[in-house]
Amino acid sequence: MGEHVTMVAANERLFAYLLRLADDQLILGQRLSEWCGHAPTLEEDLALANIALDLIGQARALYAYAGEVEGQGRDEDQLAYLRYERDYANALLVEQPNGDFAHTIVRQLAYAAFMRPYWGALARSSDATLAGIAAKAEKEVAYHLRHSAEWAIRLGDGTAESHRRMAAALEELWRFTGELFEMDETAQALAEAGVAVDAAALEPEWRATIDEVLSQATLARPEVKAMQSGGRDGRHSEHLGHILTELQYMQRAYPGLSW
Amino acid sequence: MTEKATPLWEVFIRPRNGLAHKHCGSVHANDAELALQAARDVYTRRGEGQSIWVVRSSDIVASDPAEKGMMFEPTASKIYRHPTFYEIPEEVGNM
Repeated sequence: MGEHVTMVAANERLFAYLLRLADDQLILGQRLSEWCGHAPTLEEDLALANIALDLIGQARALYAYAGEVEGQGRDEDQLAYLRYERDYANALLVEQPNGDFAHTIVRQLAYAAFMRPYWGALARSSDATLAGIAAKAEKEVAYHLRHSAEWAIRLGDGTAESHRRMAAALEELWRFTGELFEMDETAQALAEAGVAVDAAALEPEWRATIDEVLSQATLARPEVKAMQSGGRDGRHSEHLGHILTELQYMQRAYPGLSW
Repeated sequence: MTEKATPLWEVFIRPRNGLAHKHCGSVHANDAELALQAARDVYTRRGEGQSIWVVRSSDIVASDPAEKGMMFEPTASKIYRHPTFYEIPEEVGNM
C-alpha cells in the first residue's frame, strides 16, 4: 500500500515534468512558426520553420510519453491542444512575442544555449524513453544554437541599427532567463532520482556560452535585478492566451480532427 | 542607410559517401558561414546531404555560351573516344 502510493506520486511527478518540458518546445515551436512566410529572407524563412519543426517534433515525443505515463488514455493531441492556459507549464521566455528579428534571435540564443547542455544531461537519464528523446533533441538544438549565435554575432557587430535592436532585445528579454534555472520540488525530486536534470547546475555553462557569443557580438549581458517567473506554475504573461487561441482553434472547432 | 545586394552563393551537395558533390541551387548570404547554414536549411531538409560546399557565384569561372561551337562541337565527330569498341571481360563485371 505505502509502496503503491509512492509509485503513484512518482508517476504524477514524471507526468508533470514531461508536460512542462513538452510545453516549452511546443510554445516556442508555435511562436517560431509565426515567421513562416514573413521572415526577412527566403533562407531564414526555411531556417526558422526548420527549427520550429524540430521543437514541435520534440514536443510530440514528450506528450506521447506523458500520455503513456498518465495512463488515462490521453494522446499527444489532447495534451497539446485541449488544456487550459493555467495548465501550461512552459517558461515565460518561450511565449514572448517574436518582435523584430533581433528579439527572435535573442530569445532563441538564450533558450538554445540552455537546452543544449540540458538535453545532453538528460540523454543520461535513468529513464530510457526520456534519454532517447533527449539524445535526438541534443543534435537538433546544437544547430539551433549555432544558427542563433551566428546571427547574434552578425547583428550585434553589424550596423548601428542592428546593434541597437539587439541591445534592446537583450534588455527586454533577459528578465525571463532566470526562470530556466529554477528547481521546484518536482524537478528536484526527479533530479535526485536520476530522471531529470539539475537545471540550476547548468547556469555557469550557459553564462559562458552567452558571454562568448555576446563578446563577439560586441554586446553586453544585461544586469537584471529582478527575474520574472511563474510559468512553471501556470502563471503566464498575457501572451500565452493569444498563442493558445490560434494553436487550439482547429481542435476546439473540430474535436478529434486528424490529418 | 544604403542597402547592399546580398551576395549569391552556389550550393553543392554530396548525397552519399563515394559520390561527387553536385550542384543543386543557390542561396543569398552575407558571408561563407551564413551561406553554409542557409544551404543546410534550404537544401538538406529531406535527408539529401552528407556534405555541403558553397562557393561565391562570382568566383565561378564559366565558359562563354557564344563560344559553344568552338568549345564543344569538335568532339562530336570523335566517336572513337567513347569506350564502346572494347570487349569487357566477364570477370570485370559492371563498369
